[in-house]
Amino acid sequence: MRGSADDGLNEVKFRDPARARALAGALTRLTRAIDRRPISVMHVCGSHEQAIAKFGLRASFPRALDVIMGPGCPVCITDVPEVDEAVVLARQGVRVATYGDMLRVPGTVASLADARAEGAKVDVVYSVSQAVELARGLDEELVFFASGFETTAVATAAVILADPPTNFSVLSAHKYIPPVMEIVAEMPSSRVEGFLAAGHAATITGWGVFEPFVARHGVPVVVAGFEPLDILAGLVQLLEIILEGTPRVVNAYPRCVTREGNLAAQQKLWKVFRPVGGRWRGIAHVPNGNLRLKDEWAAYDARKRFAIDLSGLWDYAPSALTSQCICGDIMAGISSPSDCELFGRDCVPESPVGACMVSSEGTCKIWHQYGGHPDLTTVSV
Amino acid sequence: MPGRVVSIEGLRANVDFFGVRRTVRLDVVDEPIAVGDYILNHVGFAIRRIPESEIRETLALYEQLLREAETDIMAADVRSEIEAGD
Repeated sequence: MRGSADDGLNEVKFRDPARARALAGALTRLTRAIDRRPISVMHVCGSHEQAIAKFGLRASFPRALDVIMGPGCPVCITDVPEVDEAVVLARQGVRVATYGDMLRVPGTVASLADARAEGAKVDVVYSVSQAVELARGLDEELVFFASGFETTAVATAAVILADPPTNFSVLSAHKYIPPVMEIVAEMPSSRVEGFLAAGHAATITGWGVFEPFVARHGVPVVVAGFEPLDILAGLVQLLEIILEGTPRVVNAYPRCVTREGNLAAQQKLWKVFRPVGGRWRGIAHVPNGNLRLKDEWAAYDARKRFAIDLSGLWDYAPSALTSQCICGDIMAGISSPSDCELFGRDCVPESPVGACMVSSEGTCKIWHQYGGHPDLTTVSV
Repeated sequence: MPGRVVSIEGLRANVDFFGVRRTVRLDVVDEPIAVGDYILNHVGFAIRRIPESEIRETLALYEQLLREAETDIMAADVRSEIEAGD
């Protein structure tokens, strides 16, 4: 039967409006049955927010249900000093390659795009293996500024294990999702009653990784995919668990996620990386939330190969606008972009103040592009 | 994003993503990949072969959720809120 799955992957089935309306009806029934409002649940994935916005799902959510975006945009949570390291390296004359979204993320005084405009050599790549190919053709050093969660870190691990050229190294800003969910669940201001976990990250880690989390915090987790019906079905199941009152993990993305996950990928990930505590932008310190290269791969670790001197940056004060940015509260699920005075005025995709307005997975950019949470009381039907 | 494998050379596959062809590496996927398989791609790497049985299982899950929702969607009080979302 392999190779004959055309019907099964018919994308129309995952986007069918009638089915979506039926699932939205189930959400309404469940929020009424729970009979508390607002019911706040958090998704931890920029791709979920993209689908929610792109397909207008928020307009079909019952008003009592608040679906908030957490720290699920890899670009947004890359901390300022990590961007600074890449910028300083580039300004020192080292060639830097990175994913396109990272180019315009502001550091303390500059982004990689600013450095490139000043003459630094900065390349945009679609994949880390493209960066390796680029290095192969060069006589100079190439540093790959690596951002993203465990899903992306696996790709970085794979190229390091595949004997890359000696002029290639990695500046890792990779992050690991499960620890940050602990932080959000423990925040005193957190209103989150359930998590919609990212299907792709869980493809690697398996859904079993969330069981200890649920046991510790008593908050349910549903693993969901990225099509509109995946998200609606995930929310329906999350509300069903909240209604029942027995927190557990449910896998609503069985076509990709297993309990154990992708063991081959995990083996590569933990062979190359070790988890260390460190800052996420807007979330502060996350124990075991950052992935750094193990000592045995020091030859490919840009932090070990180059002296990255950040001291010169501290002469600059952040701009007044930067101090007004509430990206941190938005990623912690405490605020919405519409709560930010800069949103859509001083902070727009063409000239972003905060990281959430830069990335295609950033909440502010998505809300700016698609209109965010429509106020249905002002819409005539 | 799911795509269908068109051809394979070593650890590199040529994959069709709804009409767009891209090279995808097969280093980290946990099963052997054959031409015609569907894979889940992330930043140029296949992270999962999507088995047909699980595609069906997912669709069956939707069908079940929809059957449960069917009676409620007909309820007049729910209908008003759904229509407000159009």
